[in-house]
Parts: sequence; structure tokens; C-alpha cells
Amino acid sequence: MWSWVAQRITGALTFFFLFAHVLDTALVRVSPEAYDTVIASYKTPIVNLMEVGLVGAVLYHALNGLRVIAVDFWEKGPRYQKQMLWSLVAVWLLLMVPGVYFMLQHTFLEIFGSTS
Amino acid sequence: MSAVDLQAPGSRRSFGSSGRSNFELYSWLFMRISGVVLVFLVLGHLLIMNVLDGGVQRINFAFVAGRWSSPFWQVWDLLMLWLAQLHGANGLRTIINDYAERDMTRLLLKAALYSSMVLVLVTGTLVIFTFDPNLG
Repeated sequence: MWSWVAQRITGALTFFFLFAHVLDTALVRVSPEAYDTVIASYKTPIVNLMEVGLVGAVLYHALNGLRVIAVDFWEKGPRYQKQMLWSLVAVWLLLMVPGVYFMLQHTFLEIFGSTS
Repeated sequence: MSAVDLQAPGSRRSFGSSGRSNFELYSWLFMRISGVVLVFLVLGHLLIMNVLDGGVQRINFAFVAGRWSSPFWQVWDLLMLWLAQLHGANGLRTIINDYAERDMTRLLLKAALYSSMVLVLVTGTLVIFTFDPNLG
């Protein structure tokens, strides 16, 4: 039930981001400066933190989507759906911990580091 | 004598198409097939753009130009654009059908959804095909 709710929320959020993202990437057809200006906002600490949220949401949506497919098409899927949900959480954590480390490295240094 | 005259499931609402079609079956199947492909395309994209080798900090016009000089990444991005947009639009269509109860609300939300879908697909495709590394 909650995994299904989360699937909808992460999916809808990603859809709205995709809309903005395709349009901001379209600025490469306007001028290199216009594109670089907008991309600079992606590198600020606050937006960087939102990117972590986006990656976490998309990763959950992807893993849970695979679980839904397993429940739908694998004969033992419905029986193991609970175990698959816990494995999903484990895999999510396993990938997010190093992922977040690398994603926030620059922001962390920028805020707390002495040299940049 | 028939016991109870039951309506076929889902026949309460008509979504405008006349008669029966397998559209919902195909859209259900499309979500699963495109989903599997998108797991690789999108997670690969996020890994390259946000995690590896400095992540988002190294992205600029020159970086994009370098990537799109290769047909491999052009095809990757084009496929990702179309599959993600259709997958997402179909997901939002389901959400609208589930929660928007009034006909007018559904109509307006879907009009907004489909126009944004067309805008994203046309703009995105055009950008990938007409990208000019020597612009400006």
C-alpha cells in the first residue's frame, strides 16, 4: 500500500522535474552562456541537495518498479513481495550512501572546507 | 433467465473512445517494458551526470557538446527522452483518472498534460537533432 503511494509520488515529482529539465537543456540551442548560467544554479548547495532527493526518488521508483514487474510476471512474485520490499530498501541504502557522498562532496567542501 | 444484469467492469466511465479497445492493456504493458529500459537509461544518466567524476559540478556547454558529438549518447538521450516522457505522461494520466472526479477537471488536466507532453517531446527531439557545438 505505502510502496504504491510512494511509487505515485516519486513518479509524479520526477515527471515535473523532467519538464523543467528538458526545457533548461534546450538552452544549448540559445547560447552557451544561457545554458551555463542556468546550469550554474544546479551547482548551488540547495539545488544540489534537491538533486540528492531526485536521485533518491528515481532510484526508489526504479527498484520498486522492478518489484512490481516481478509481482506481475514471476509466479512466485506475489508470495515474496514483502521480502522484495525489504531487499529494495537494503539495495536503495547500499547505493545511496556512496552516491550521496560523491554528490555532496563539493557542496560540503564549499560550506565547511577552508580551501575551494 | 439471467440473474443479475451486471455491467462490465470499468464501463461506468467512458473515456471518449467508442467501443472496446485494448488501450489500457497496452498502456499497462508499455509501463513495464519502458520501465525496464528506463532503469538502465535513467540510472546510467544520473550516475554519469550527478555522481561520477565530480558530478554536476563539471557540466557546462562544452561538456554537453562533447557528449553529443557521439551518436551513442545522442541515441541514448533520444530514447530516454521519449520513453521517460511517454512513461511519465501515462502515469500522470492514470493519476488524473483516479483522483479528478469532475469531467471538466479531468478534461482540463489532461489538456495540460498532453500539451506539455508534446512540447517536451518536440523541443527535446529538436534540440538533440539540431545541436550546434559551434554556436555563439
